[in-house]
Amino acid sequence: MKRIARSTQRPSSLLRPLTPSTHQPRLVPIAIQSSKTTTTTTATTQTVPSSRRHASSLSQRPDSSHVMFPGAVKSAFSNSMTFEEPSKYDALPTYRAVDQHGQVVDPSFKPDLSDEEVIKLYHDMLTVSIMDLIMFDAQRQGRLSFYMVSAGEEAVCVGSASALSSEDVVFCQYREQGVFKQRGFTLSDFMNQLFANHKDPGKGRNMPVHYGSKELNIHTISSPLATQLPQASGAAYALKIQRMQNPTVPPRVVAAYFGEGAASEGDFHAALNIAATRGCPAVFICRNNGYAISTPTLEQYRGDGIASRGLGYGIDTIRVDGNDFWAVREVTKRARELALQDGGKPVLIEAMTYRVSHHSTSDDSFAYRAKVEVEDWKRRDNPIGRLRKWMEAKGIWDENKEREARDSIRREILKAFSQAEKEKKPAIRTMFEDVYEELTPEIKAQMKELKEHLDQFPEEYDLGDFDGGKDSLAK
Amino acid sequence: MSRYLRPAVRLASTASRVQVARPAAPTFFKPASVAGLQKRTYADAPSGTKDYTVRDALNEALAEELEANPKVFVMGEEVAQYNGAYKVTKGLLDRFGDKRVIDTPITEMGFTGLAVGAALSGLHPVCEFMTFNFAMQSIDHIVNSAAKTLYMSGGIQPCNITFRGPNGFAAGVAAQHSQDYSAWYGSVPGLKVVSPWSAEDAKGLLKAAIRDPNPVVVLENELMYGQVFPMSEAAQKDDFVIPIGKAKVERAGKDLTIVTMSRCVGQSIVAAEALKKKYGVEVEVLNLRSIKPIDLDAIIASIKKTHRLMTVESGFPAYGVGAEIVALAVEYGFDYLDAPPQRVTGADVPTPYAQGLEEMSFPTEALIENHAAKLLKLI
Ligand SMILES: Cc1ncc(C[n+]2csc(CCOP(=O)(O)OP(=O)(O)O)c2C)c(N)n1
Ligand SMILES: [Mg+2]
Repeated sequence: MKRIARSTQRPSSLLRPLTPSTHQPRLVPIAIQSSKTTTTTTATTQTVPSSRRHASSLSQRPDSSHVMFPGAVKSAFSNSMTFEEPSKYDALPTYRAVDQHGQVVDPSFKPDLSDEEVIKLYHDMLTVSIMDLIMFDAQRQGRLSFYMVSAGEEAVCVGSASALSSEDVVFCQYREQGVFKQRGFTLSDFMNQLFANHKDPGKGRNMPVHYGSKELNIHTISSPLATQLPQASGAAYALKIQRMQNPTVPPRVVAAYFGEGAASEGDFHAALNIAATRGCPAVFICRNNGYAISTPTLEQYRGDGIASRGLGYGIDTIRVDGNDFWAVREVTKRARELALQDGGKPVLIEAMTYRVSHHSTSDDSFAYRAKVEVEDWKRRDNPIGRLRKWMEAKGIWDENKEREARDSIRREILKAFSQAEKEKKPAIRTMFEDVYEELTPEIKAQMKELKEHLDQFPEEYDLGDFDGGKDSLAK
Repeated sequence: MSRYLRPAVRLASTASRVQVARPAAPTFFKPASVAGLQKRTYADAPSGTKDYTVRDALNEALAEELEANPKVFVMGEEVAQYNGAYKVTKGLLDRFGDKRVIDTPITEMGFTGLAVGAALSGLHPVCEFMTFNFAMQSIDHIVNSAAKTLYMSGGIQPCNITFRGPNGFAAGVAAQHSQDYSAWYGSVPGLKVVSPWSAEDAKGLLKAAIRDPNPVVVLENELMYGQVFPMSEAAQKDDFVIPIGKAKVERAGKDLTIVTMSRCVGQSIVAAEALKKKYGVEVEVLNLRSIKPIDLDAIIASIKKTHRLMTVESGFPAYGVGAEIVALAVEYGFDYLDAPPQRVTGADVPTPYAQGLEEMSFPTEALIENHAAKLLKLI
């Protein structure tokens, strides 16, 4: 194939392989534009380094004991034909620091938090669990359109978030209210989003529970499953580049949360592979809660959970007991360190939990699982109860404190709830904003037309419910 | 309000001679509920008709085709154990077993690819999406594989597959869950696309889609699943199919042709009745049924009768189904038109979550009536 022909014929670089590299010099001149269309470059060809590896450097040496094929360089030759069977391998272990009785089981475990700090995190877990109960009921009463609870997954979220830096960047799926709470999302912040009032940073454009916070470095939750995962790889890549350009900025990682169901989407696999190959400092945190709406894990996958996949992508991986606050925290702390090593790399955590409640307010889970199954789980173990036992054993918590905490949390939630319900709706202006970064001339004209109409018929419209009334259109 | 949100219609209305201020509704930001307005009753329904919801009609179509042809199977997220996210596949697992009614992991890309592969190997899969919004994860399989493999293989690999599920906006599920894909799929050579409105449409078109040897996209509508329609005796039979590519005159008229599809058919009929009551005009409502191929003959025949055209759809205005119909009308029926054709469409914005704004983002009966009246220079 003549090179000149390639550049003048129809664009074919994607379809046609380069000339076999054995006949190529290491530097491959590539015609970048045909002379007819060249306007900016003076030369029509440019010499760029070939990204292709020399075949000779990887070719199989005679009599070597190991594979030297480009795709697997550390594999020994074998004269026994054996297919690997996943069932012959033990399942990856699940790390625990504290068992369900609140007893420390990892002798090397040393709590790294003060009593106050532990109590604060316990308080966060309690808060989301009580908020969940109240908001679920509120939805049932028709006071908001939709809600999702995280019962059973409080430790996964609060525990992992507590090991991140506030500068780290977070992507969530939708059941991570514990992460938001731990990072400083206030009860009012939750309520403002749920009631889509003018204080909702999302300006009332999303379904309930699609929280987001620029201040807390949490990307806004997006409905299409698993799309946050490759984006997390990208955000981690951006952090890596930022550090390369300015090594004085503190190192940061991305934490990306997702369910085991979402891990069936192609995006999960794409995300892990691209993060591994690009060395992205991302901690992928799977909440394996046994269900994806009605789909049990048995129908979701056949391998050893989600963790086994990390190994396949060459990613450091751990499975952890998601009901164990301490284990989740310890594991995330270490994962964060690992992610910052070697110039950045991804880490995968699979936290084993159980989705105690219905998928959402639109779901009735007793249509596909027995009530006793849920009751058994609740009785056997629960992340809040487990941390409480640990705290009680340490003498920093008791029945009284528990009752007081629950009462005051409940009061605070109800206060934030009724406050948010009373807030004004977002300004009318927000109806026109953010479709594009700037108001386009067409949108401006529409906004002007609306303003003129409202000016003309002031008696017809009661705009009192909307933040700023008609004035929001004036700017 | 609509005038601010519907640019295409807005431009057309400013061009019209009489500029009438819309009567300002006191319910400006709280439009009346649209529920219940679409029910259509046939007072003089012939005996033997039976009431069906659209959901039941779809369910019956699936059951009959599963029964009739062992090559047919149904697959998708939660279609079996859970009876489908919207219960369209209710009872099918019990009746046909788990080889014919198949739950999948949460991977649209995976099960769509699998279904296409099975179709290329001779089976006739019916691939359900929880909503067509999630089919975006697998659109490459639909557009590049299902639609094109027959052609690219030189005709040796037909792809008899049906993609179905709810399409368009629903209620309070925000922008990423509220899109109408008629124009997307309607633009792809190799695909056929149908969009049922009534229970008969639903049954007849879905059965036709399953039997058609080509890939067919069946765009249902979540808001229609629970709607009740009378089903004729003929349509209750298991040999009932509606030909793909043929529109249906749902209401005959001589003054204006409304070409529409899916849920907007019912809304247009309600608007047509109101226009008759108020102004004595007769509006013809043409239910497109099929987006691709489109029944150009029926559209032109109606224009020859009424000399006026309006399209009503819930898709976005730009490059939409309405745009296509108007272009065709101008290309093939220009000399018969007495007024510029108009489009009523969804608003050119990401669908708002706020209930009031959401309702204003899509055609309503009042809006259709209003624009028809303007087109007819009645107001
Ligand atoms: C692409 C896509 N497909 C389907 C859905 C519908 N959906 C929403 S949540 C969900 C289940 C996800 O389960 P999992 O990832 O395990 O998270 P969990 O709900 O258990 O926290 C499904 C199927 C969606 N939002 N996006
Ligand atoms: Mg899950």
